[in-house]
Amino acid sequence: MGPITLSSAIDPVWAAFLSPELASRMQFGWTISVHIIFASLSIGLAPFIIYFTWKDVRTNELRYARLRSFWVKVFAAGFVMGTVTGIPMSFQFGTNFPQFAEVAGELIGGPLAFEAKMAFFLEAVFLGVLLYGRDRVKDRTYVISSVLVGFGAWLSGFWILIVNAWMQTPRGYEMVTRNGMEIAKLTDPFAAFFTPRMPWMYVHMMNASVISVALLVAGVSAYIVWKKPDTEAWNTALKLAVVLLIVSAPFQAVHGDAYGRHVEDTQPQKFAAMEAHYETGQADLHLLAFPKSPEALTDPRAENLVTVSLPAVGSFLASGGDFDAEVIGLNEYEENPPVALVFWPFRFMVGLGFLFIGLALWGGYLTYRGRLSDSTRYLKAMIAASPLGYAALLTGWYVTEIGRQPWVIQDELRTSEAVSSTLTGTEATLTLVGFVVVYVGLLLTALYVLKWLVREELQALGVRESSEGGWHGPIPGVSDND
Amino acid sequence: MTDPLLPVDAYLVESLPEIWFGAVLFALGMYVVLDGFDFGIGMLYVTRTDEHERETFLSAFGPVWDANEVWLVAFGTMLLAAFPRVYSRLLADNYLLAIGFVLALVFRGLGPELREQRDDEQWKRYADYAFVGGSVFAPLLFGMLAGRWLFGGATLPVVLTGFGLVSVSVVTGAAFLAAKTDPGLASELRTYGIGATLAYLGGVVVLLGTVVLTDAGDAADTVLSLPVAAVVALSVAVGLSGSVLARRGQYQAWLASALALPTLLTILVAIPLYPTIYPPTELLVREAVVSPLALNLVTVLGFPVLLLVLWYFKFLYGVFSGPIEDEGYGG
Repeated sequence: MGPITLSSAIDPVWAAFLSPELASRMQFGWTISVHIIFASLSIGLAPFIIYFTWKDVRTNELRYARLRSFWVKVFAAGFVMGTVTGIPMSFQFGTNFPQFAEVAGELIGGPLAFEAKMAFFLEAVFLGVLLYGRDRVKDRTYVISSVLVGFGAWLSGFWILIVNAWMQTPRGYEMVTRNGMEIAKLTDPFAAFFTPRMPWMYVHMMNASVISVALLVAGVSAYIVWKKPDTEAWNTALKLAVVLLIVSAPFQAVHGDAYGRHVEDTQPQKFAAMEAHYETGQADLHLLAFPKSPEALTDPRAENLVTVSLPAVGSFLASGGDFDAEVIGLNEYEENPPVALVFWPFRFMVGLGFLFIGLALWGGYLTYRGRLSDSTRYLKAMIAASPLGYAALLTGWYVTEIGRQPWVIQDELRTSEAVSSTLTGTEATLTLVGFVVVYVGLLLTALYVLKWLVREELQALGVRESSEGGWHGPIPGVSDND
Repeated sequence: MTDPLLPVDAYLVESLPEIWFGAVLFALGMYVVLDGFDFGIGMLYVTRTDEHERETFLSAFGPVWDANEVWLVAFGTMLLAAFPRVYSRLLADNYLLAIGFVLALVFRGLGPELREQRDDEQWKRYADYAFVGGSVFAPLLFGMLAGRWLFGGATLPVVLTGFGLVSVSVVTGAAFLAAKTDPGLASELRTYGIGATLAYLGGVVVLLGTVVLTDAGDAADTVLSLPVAAVVALSVAVGLSGSVLARRGQYQAWLASALALPTLLTILVAIPLYPTIYPPTELLVREAVVSPLALNLVTVLGFPVLLLVLWYFKFLYGVFSGPIEDEGYGG
């Protein structure tokens, strides 16, 4: 145990480029980015799992047994990854941001404990039954287990988003001094749990998870259908995913638009960063923005962007109907979030959202014409789009979290004040490197598991894969080499 | 703003902070007992070279480990909800230990998952390294974390606490497997189990002796108290009688007594933590606890759910009771 000697030996080297604060933020950002992929996989897969299990038990049709068995395996692998990546999340509140844990303990501790007790146990216990207990429990218990697993995933998101929404729009507390420290004391549980942000965030995130997984299911199904066009099971899965997408993708755009207005109301600084809006006053709406010079990538401003804008419509949207409404600009604030990391991810997310609507409508049209599985072009498009839901989901969270900076609790506690005062740059950098290495391995494993499951499924369907030529998709960049 | 349903300025019952101290340690105990035998399975796994036996071990581990591990999350979040300062100081003061521990858990959880993905000797060997390595380091580092909680910076007692958790995990792992496998394998397992029991009991005695002699963490007086002596005596009695039961081939009874050992260990940890819940900072339970409204809320919403969770566990272990079926990890 020599953290002290180790630190003193190499601290000066690392301290030069990674402060404890920066390393902690990068570490938290990286670990949550990986974790959220698996968390939202559980949320988005839940309706599929319940539907397939129910249909399998009800109809005894082979196609549903096949789909249930396949996606329960994916769910289980995702859940294991979600568990092992989830534990470091709550630990980091203590290890890296202890001042945050202490200041907000009364507010965030309860919801996090409820998440563990109400949701996490429910998922873990009944997933064991779902995965290993098909022959050990009655049909009805088996279906109920699938519902409880799905319910657990959605309930888990509920409690976690209560915590995050409170960090965006904190309510229901007062600042008091305890043990010589200013902390937030819970005064109104209802206000603290159901903050103004909570319903917006919950709907947006659950729907984003459904979209991401619908795209993943569509991509996997499209790939298998492409290889084996007459498979009944996977044509069913493809159609189901497309139907889900037709509902969820347009809804997300409509909901997201209203969500944006709410952000302008409650976190004007974040909204200004999303639009790179510096001068308080009338705001245009930038439908499209392109960098005019390389600087625009790191510092987007009106003068270095080529925009397709609707004059004054930014004001109109932000205010809900007034073209002359004043929108607060970034110049009003002493310290701002890194604008580029909010402005560009926001555009990336919105752009992908419209792409998903296009894919959904295209799929709807093909289904209507009865040609969904015949259109190779559509199948290929869906294969290519399978990871994009996650790309949109992650960039959406970057907008939310980076856009809240410099605050960890909006207007109450700065991120820099939340970081551990005993942490050294060396320790933080060391663990950051550790997490990067381990989690890259973990992500590759997850892709490998998916690839392996797909290949097994193809073999079970009697498709012989040609030995020459790589295996491309559904996950780009993973090729078959064994 | 007040909530009419819950008292705002007074605890639901006067001793609620103490009840929560007990509840947090109960969750810790559940974790140490349940994930302890998972760690034990992982460590005993290394003694098996036969593929079939390895598969049997993984079948016993597969359906329950994830749910067992959730007790760690329950423990951590309950500690955060009731005693946020203890949570934040404990983890921040022991940064590398805490992160090392969660990374060990990552390896332990991923190993078996990886192993079943490919029929390739090399691949399986790496997956086994992850599983076994994680199963050794997770209890070692978690035990050391507990040691730092109790004794602060003193190195030897901290390492011995880690060793205690490792050895007691081997005991419960061996008993759990022996109760679920065929007699031949079980009699091999009991040899490891009895050896680990003796190592554990010896380790506890050496640990307490060290604490008394060096007064690590100012805990010498606590260690010389009657409750500690009683728990240690009970541990010795339980450990030795469990070994006798194992010798006689009464594996169910051995399992019951083996599971009592980590329970007693948790009680041993709890004694010095009251009323000073974080000895290195001399913070008292009553100073560290959250305000009445917050604690009342987590009590009213959380305790009924905790009972429900215990019922789930009864259900889960009921479904997967009896001898292990050789289905492998993947079912």
